[in-house]
Amino acid sequence: MDLLYKIFIDPFVQMGTAPDLLVQTLWDGFVAGALYALIALGFVLIFKASGVFNFAQGIMVVFAALTLVGLHERGVPAFLALGLTIVVMLALAIGVERLVLRPLVNQSDFILFMATFGLTYFLIGLGQLVFGGNPKVMIANDLYLPSGAIEFRGLGGFVSFQKIDIAAVGITSIMVAVLAVFFQRTRIGRALRAVADSHQAALSVGISLEQIWVIVWFAAGIVALTTGIMWGARSQVDFSLEIIALRALPVLILGGLTSIPGAIVGGLIIGVGEKLVEFYWGPLLGGGIDTWFSYVIALGFLVFRPQGLFGEKLIERI
Amino acid sequence: MKGPRARDVDLGTVLLAVENVSLAFGGVQALTDVSFDIRKGEIRAIIGPNGAGKTSMLNVINGFYQPNSGRIIFKGEPRAAMRPYAAAQGGIARTFQNLALFRGMTVLDNIMAGRALKMRRGFFWQLIRHGPALKEEVEHRRRVEEIIDFLEIAAIRKIQVGRLPYGLQKRVELGRALAMEPDLLLLDEPMAGMNLEEKEDMSRFILDVNREYGTTIALIEHDMGVVMDLSDRVVVLDYGQKIADAAPNGVKCDKNVIRAYLGEPHGTSA
Repeated sequence: MDLLYKIFIDPFVQMGTAPDLLVQTLWDGFVAGALYALIALGFVLIFKASGVFNFAQGIMVVFAALTLVGLHERGVPAFLALGLTIVVMLALAIGVERLVLRPLVNQSDFILFMATFGLTYFLIGLGQLVFGGNPKVMIANDLYLPSGAIEFRGLGGFVSFQKIDIAAVGITSIMVAVLAVFFQRTRIGRALRAVADSHQAALSVGISLEQIWVIVWFAAGIVALTTGIMWGARSQVDFSLEIIALRALPVLILGGLTSIPGAIVGGLIIGVGEKLVEFYWGPLLGGGIDTWFSYVIALGFLVFRPQGLFGEKLIERI
Repeated sequence: MKGPRARDVDLGTVLLAVENVSLAFGGVQALTDVSFDIRKGEIRAIIGPNGAGKTSMLNVINGFYQPNSGRIIFKGEPRAAMRPYAAAQGGIARTFQNLALFRGMTVLDNIMAGRALKMRRGFFWQLIRHGPALKEEVEHRRRVEEIIDFLEIAAIRKIQVGRLPYGLQKRVELGRALAMEPDLLLLDEPMAGMNLEEKEDMSRFILDVNREYGTTIALIEHDMGVVMDLSDRVVVLDYGQKIADAAPNGVKCDKNVIRAYLGEPHGTSA
């Protein structure tokens, strides 16, 4: 009885009696969710246009952030470094298209997936070679990202919102909105959806696959850079950041690999769910459950709804 | 008496010529030394038993396959192989034997996709739907609506293509090809799997496209009645080789063609 009380009653009593903590937890979850959504978005972009599950998305986040900080360390002004990093991401997109995708065109999805493994190790090596393996501090101040917190009194206590988190949510929202409009309204967006549906038909109407691939990899690179800046500003920039890509996997399973709204909703559900469960139910299991909780949700989805919440069709098992 | 369409086969200049094209996949010879031409304004049929290399021929023409030898002369310009992008750019549109549509998109968007090459405004303007880009989008929409009216699919224009019946999907695919305003339209079995009524509709559309827009058409078709009715000239392939090239009536009486369809020399079924 005591256990049942602790599982089903006590957490809700706590939520009721300390609404400030509830709001704080929800907000923290929301921010984490927005960042998960951003990472998932990188995967979805590339998967939609080329059917490739890009294992290298995580390392692209690290590589972008590392390039930005590394350039700044060598005396390049912050915003010039940002511009140069964007150029580097474009070069990476062109390089991937020329050297990885084009030679492997018409190969099975699995071969392309393995190729992105190769890309991952290449980027790890290149990053370490050029910028070294030491953790770095994100140049948040030089990019005029806000720091500090806004404290909000009320609800029987106080809730604090980190300014960097507010910025992260804001920038993520803008990014998602721009991408959504871009894919819905523009010629290139229509071409991209066309490529996602049928390579053959897209070719026959004169859509250039090469061009579309460069565009999506570049877009994914920009998303990776944004993720790197935001996540890096909250912790630091090093190669362990790569594993945040793995945190996006449950998001993808929840949202479906082909859906941009799915990535967002999935990210928020996982982010908020993770933090709530950790805070209110975590102590029952000795804490630390946010590291595996999302995978359990994902497992449930794989069993009962493998196409995700918004997925178009049954995804292939990878 | 003239051809079944009672019209002069003495048509315009050569639009596209295939010269001595051979194509092999590993040890399988798909096409052997095939030559023929397609003249401006005609309906050219490509027929032959299953596996004769008809679709391979279309794939060579629009650049999906690169021939091992031979050349293709399109609009007077010889080249060793077409590229899909160059083919589309040059005005070659096509449909597919097993439908290749953008299933997740609406009928309207599918046909709009056919105008991918014609829209030239920068994406920034498209993004904010303003100024010249808006005008351009409206203009393209008008052309697309014309095609939709022509193909009598106005009622389904907002429906996702994947949910339509097969016959209508075929029609949408034709619409997408027409949206490219092609000089040469390649149709790979446009009537396959259709009932009589649908076949009659499709025949009518093909003839209208040819007559009203003056579009040159090359089509692969199994239904001999359709081929005899529609086409100006017929090229016959068998085992990757050209065995006949004549007006429909000529082909019908050709010894080699009859043999190929009855399968005498190879001892296999037709």
